[in-house]
Amino acid sequence: MKYLLVIPLLLLLACGQQQPASQETASAPLGGGQSTVKDETSKPDVVRIAVNSNVHKTLVAALQAAEYVDALSNAGPFTVFAPTDDAFAKLPTGTVENLVKPENKETLQNILEYHVYVGNIREEQIRDGMTLNQVNLDNVTLNVSADGKITINGANVIGSVSASNGTVYVIDTVLLPPDKK
Amino acid sequence: MKISRIILLVSIASLLIVLNSCKPKGPVGVTTGDAASKVYVAPGQYDEFYNFVSGGFNGQMAVYGLPSGRLFRNIPVFSEDPMSGWGYSEETKPMLMTSHGYIPWDDLHHPALSTTKGEHDGRWLFGNANNTPRVARIDLTTFRTAEIIEIPNSGGNHSSPFITENTEYVVAGTRFSIPLGDNRDVPISSYKENFKGSISFIKVNPETGRMNIEFQLRTPGFNYDLSRAGKGPSHGWFFFSCYNTEQAYTLLEVNASRNDKDFIMAVNWKKAEEYLAQGKGKKEKVKYAHNVYDERTHSATSKMIEEVTVLDVMEFPDIVYFIPCPKSPHGCDVDPSGEFIVGSGKLAAVMPVFSFGKIQTAITNKDYEGDFDGIPVIRYESALHGEVKKPGLGPLHTEFDAKGNAYTSFFVSSEIVKWNVKTLEILDRVPTYYSIGHLCVPGGPTAKPHGKYVIAYNKITKDRYLPTGPELTQSAQLYSIEGDKMQLLLDFPTIGEPHYAEALPASLIKDKSVKIYPIEHNEHPYAAKGEKMARVERKGNDVHVYMTAIRSHLTPDNIEGIRVGDNVYFHVTNLEQDWDVPHGFAIKGATNAEILIMPGETQTLLWKPLTPGVVPFYCTDFCSALHQEMQGYARVSPAGSNTPLKFSTGDTGGQK
Repeated sequence: MKYLLVIPLLLLLACGQQQPASQETASAPLGGGQSTVKDETSKPDVVRIAVNSNVHKTLVAALQAAEYVDALSNAGPFTVFAPTDDAFAKLPTGTVENLVKPENKETLQNILEYHVYVGNIREEQIRDGMTLNQVNLDNVTLNVSADGKITINGANVIGSVSASNGTVYVIDTVLLPPDKK
Repeated sequence: MKISRIILLVSIASLLIVLNSCKPKGPVGVTTGDAASKVYVAPGQYDEFYNFVSGGFNGQMAVYGLPSGRLFRNIPVFSEDPMSGWGYSEETKPMLMTSHGYIPWDDLHHPALSTTKGEHDGRWLFGNANNTPRVARIDLTTFRTAEIIEIPNSGGNHSSPFITENTEYVVAGTRFSIPLGDNRDVPISSYKENFKGSISFIKVNPETGRMNIEFQLRTPGFNYDLSRAGKGPSHGWFFFSCYNTEQAYTLLEVNASRNDKDFIMAVNWKKAEEYLAQGKGKKEKVKYAHNVYDERTHSATSKMIEEVTVLDVMEFPDIVYFIPCPKSPHGCDVDPSGEFIVGSGKLAAVMPVFSFGKIQTAITNKDYEGDFDGIPVIRYESALHGEVKKPGLGPLHTEFDAKGNAYTSFFVSSEIVKWNVKTLEILDRVPTYYSIGHLCVPGGPTAKPHGKYVIAYNKITKDRYLPTGPELTQSAQLYSIEGDKMQLLLDFPTIGEPHYAEALPASLIKDKSVKIYPIEHNEHPYAAKGEKMARVERKGNDVHVYMTAIRSHLTPDNIEGIRVGDNVYFHVTNLEQDWDVPHGFAIKGATNAEILIMPGETQTLLWKPLTPGVVPFYCTDFCSALHQEMQGYARVSPAGSNTPLKFSTGDTGGQK
């Protein structure tokens, strides 16, 4: 890969000023999910990379709508193909707006699952023609051109970031899973 | 609507969400109301359940009470325990002997409580050694490891120690396939042709619990993960989850996840027994240790065994069938009725539930989609009762209640999902904090679950407890399952890494607990069953101290005539016949641990003194108001010196 994305940490740091938890009630607090763990020291996980990126706002919103933020904050490991905001903008009018509606959660989850592989595929492991069986159980195909450019189902990989729990590949097109038979 | 407007909307939404995530953490609005009262066990009251929790990489088995989460005991099994002298005393060293020699550590993943007619009988608790393959049996009257048997022809004993309905067999399936047979020095890249799986069936004596390897099945080379025996209608069968059916031998992270489906292997062990009865098993030369602790001699013995009987399933194709299961299955769990088998593909987004009846029909009709190395692969749809759709991410393991519900752990999505076994409908889900592995319902793997709770065993705790540096405690979380909705009641930390755990009602075992070892039954060859029998004997360079301990002195407590270069064996007999009064023994400079001696028991500490002088020893277990007076001296003279051998207690040489 020619370049790595440089991720601003500003948003995350803005969240650092948390107030101490007050606990006046005798009832036990249940706590948030794994994404709420306060830790600015560790290497960012795939979710924090997306949250901290300024080109993945739509993806983060979609992950929230699909309730996958905590799952992707887990130990993983994950290989995430992360479409940029521009990639989402290429979808037909109204698509994203529809997908984030609660009644379309399953469809949205299926699409997002098609962007995630459980396992950390580092760039040097990618071979031309390699297939990965994604979380939704459909396959994606990776290709590597003679000059080293990587594509996934034809979408261009335009950057990659190593995360604490896997690798994020930034892609320029949203991957749409094949129709279920 | 313009795309830019959508993006704007979404951006605002995401900003709100991000801002929301900036809110102070701490107690969220949801509370658990009466949780505290549900786990409160008043001082002096007993817990309702024993919870036996594997210690993972500490090689031990922890015993907790439920619902309080209080830790009662950490039973040493495969790892040395200097606290109790396990692996340090002469009596216990043979328990950790293997064909590789003495091994001080292992990795214990799964407990299995013995059953009769599919129900907990409170007799024994089995555990597996994952690294150097072994199975241990713990006696639930003494809470002590009574027996350890090594598993030959195994690459790592993960698929173990699951048991049949009447504890006829404990199984031990290899996690790693390895080259088996006469030539094991082969290229790793010859995996497909040379590597084989091996499933051992360990027969358990119904009276004594004694184990012996009755037979082994030689199976195709891939990884065997977990297993469960059939029960009721499926009694006589065993089910194993298999992954790496790709037969990868490097970078399994990638190469063992290629296939959409791996297998559940169904084994007809009654059929295997028939072939054995016909003399079809082949004897193979192997070497494995069988270690037994004898409560009369208070000593373990280790015996090497050199033969095992093998049935190669390729030659007997009606012993084994494969059922396709998405995708790298971990859990392979049989419901209380024995009819349904739940496969949990840890990378899959659906969970198949197979029907034993349908599997039988498919076998009768030869309804196969092909074969793997000659073993029939049953058509997926033909074996299937149905799929639990979109249950969560990373299903691992399922247990059951007595009301027809299943509880499945999901590692990736950190949750427990409750669903109905027949309708496959998802009924409830609760988060776990965080990254749950196995779960446990009391009696959950049996024909008669006790229900009441589900306990999550979590791999990651991050912010759940006060930080303790880079490594945090693993944890258990207790949920009530008495209502329609699961309710989180309690977090409690665990020792080591809990993998699987089992729980049973305390009433099944608490009244059978041993309190003392009757001194008159002590057959230890070096026991001193009274202070008059206390003495010191020299045999060449070996000095045997027949020592007694009783509140509040050791006999003898003055010993002279030990020389540098001697092997001094302190055989300490605890003369107490009083519950919960062990004595301990330690001597300065011993490159060893202490020993803890239970009432009526004899244990031996070996000491090799290196320098002349007078060396104190003392009782390490606070036993009485005069515990601090319970001490003695050993005089060590130079090698070759003529200091006479002398021993006494209370001899002041005429001084007043």
